[in-house]
Amino acid sequence: MTCLPKNPTEKKLGLVIDLDICVGCHACAVNCKEWNTAGKSAPLTDYDPYGKKPDGVWFNRIHTYETDDGQGNGTTVHFPRSCLHCEDAPCVTVCPTGASYKRTEDGIVLVNEDICIGCKLCSWACPYGAREYDEAEGVMKKCTLCVDKIYNENLPETSRVPACVSTCPAGARSFGDLGDPDSEVSKLVAARGGVELMPEQGTKPVNRYLPPRPRKKGEEGKAPRMLNHSDDSADGAGLIARWVDKILS
Amino acid sequence: MHPAKSVIFFTTASGAGYGMMVWLAVLAALGLVPADMAFGLFAFGIGFTLIVGGLLSSTFHLGHPERAWRAFSQWRSSWLSREGVSSVVAFLPLGLFALSWVVMGENGGNAALLGLVGAAMSLLTVFTTSMIYAQLKTIPAWHNGWTVAGYLVLGPMNGAVIVLLLAQAFGYAEAASLLRMAALGLLVAALLVKLAYWARIHGGRVTSTAGSATGLGHLGKVTMSASPHDTDNYLLREMGFRVARKHAAKLRPIAIVAGFLLPFALIALTHSIVGGNAAVLALALAWLLCQVGLYVERWLFFAEAKHAVTLYYGEQAV
Repeated sequence: MTCLPKNPTEKKLGLVIDLDICVGCHACAVNCKEWNTAGKSAPLTDYDPYGKKPDGVWFNRIHTYETDDGQGNGTTVHFPRSCLHCEDAPCVTVCPTGASYKRTEDGIVLVNEDICIGCKLCSWACPYGAREYDEAEGVMKKCTLCVDKIYNENLPETSRVPACVSTCPAGARSFGDLGDPDSEVSKLVAARGGVELMPEQGTKPVNRYLPPRPRKKGEEGKAPRMLNHSDDSADGAGLIARWVDKILS
Repeated sequence: MHPAKSVIFFTTASGAGYGMMVWLAVLAALGLVPADMAFGLFAFGIGFTLIVGGLLSSTFHLGHPERAWRAFSQWRSSWLSREGVSSVVAFLPLGLFALSWVVMGENGGNAALLGLVGAAMSLLTVFTTSMIYAQLKTIPAWHNGWTVAGYLVLGPMNGAVIVLLLAQAFGYAEAASLLRMAALGLLVAALLVKLAYWARIHGGRVTSTAGSATGLGHLGKVTMSASPHDTDNYLLREMGFRVARKHAAKLRPIAIVAGFLLPFALIALTHSIVGGNAAVLALALAWLLCQVGLYVERWLFFAEAKHAVTLYYGEQAV
């Protein structure tokens, strides 16, 4: 049924992504592709993979942004973008077939590919671009939060986290229950002021992004430990340099 | 948004077909047209061809057309599902109305009543179509009442232009004069609705920004310095369509002149100045121009609409 669960789900599994830590290496996207092309939504089709215009289905895309406050201060931020498993997921309610659904037990948003008709309306309804259409299979695909990994009892307990989380070499990604205020991820969000993306869209996303910490600033608003050049002094220079300096000044 | 030909054809064709049904029911209820078989065959033939053709073409862009029947199941939450249900339910009264008119030679009384029920279902179906677009917060250009008003006025307008041509060709003067007034009135109303729609979407209203999309707005202007992928992906092909915006300023006047102004002038001419075969010719030309104008209008409706996901790919505001 494409109606959302009547009450907000008690458990809200999701990701917390630290934009201060992410180095933009794309490892999470690659491991996501690796796991999921053999998992629940397999395959994650590639079109023309070795040709001139390679393209394909990915659940996780890593953008890089630059910010500019107009006063010479800028930051570079690497930004992984994937499904936010929204509480009020518009991709679920627009689905005409019941293929798109949100699980009551943990809040994960999934697609039943056996009944999806590939009308693409869910991808129009999602502001985050979380859903990608598989041209070869004719159905919509999306992040499953590695539902086939996080509950998998054949794996050691430490491995029961989404592939993007277990692979991140920098530790920028955390996984947990954001519905429990005492969980590690909830505490992390509270401590760092984690934000929702596009709250004005009314989707109530579960995933949170931790914004970059304010940069430390040195004298006159410049970066700390910046060298002070004093170009007018030849003190400490070699004999020839001092000689040239004397002639030219 | 990518203007898929199948969806442009679907929304214009089925809108025109449902609009025709509305006017056929009105003519029957007012007793302005006899239950003539030839007229009925022409009118319902064109009307149902437009509706069925439109509905079929809307399944062309599906990944699994053979599963389309599943789309009738989620009417409690989904406007697309409601549209499917409404369009199928509408066939029942409309089909009986058409049979009664063409086969039984009866279009008054109960037949007219069936026609009016069918007309109401037709308008309901057009309304559900408009809500598929108007419900999407991700596309602010569509998420407003002008979208709904546009569909509800353009369908009956297009239908009136076509039924007017038929009534004139078959020599039903009374029906033609009513339809002429209706078509002229709806052409003006539709133009005003579209002008209001364009004024709104180009009015600088902002729903979401690159700053709110990334949560980095407090740091200043956010620009993308590296894309996740070198070639266009599904998101950019489907929702990042840019070609039209370059030409939108030129295409809007074309839509206005061909879709509304010229048909208005031609139809007004047939009021008193032009008569006989010349009037039929003028109305046929009015229909043709109107259809071309509506295709351009519908193409712009998709192509001009910016989707929130483009904020992740360099768009600053939607």
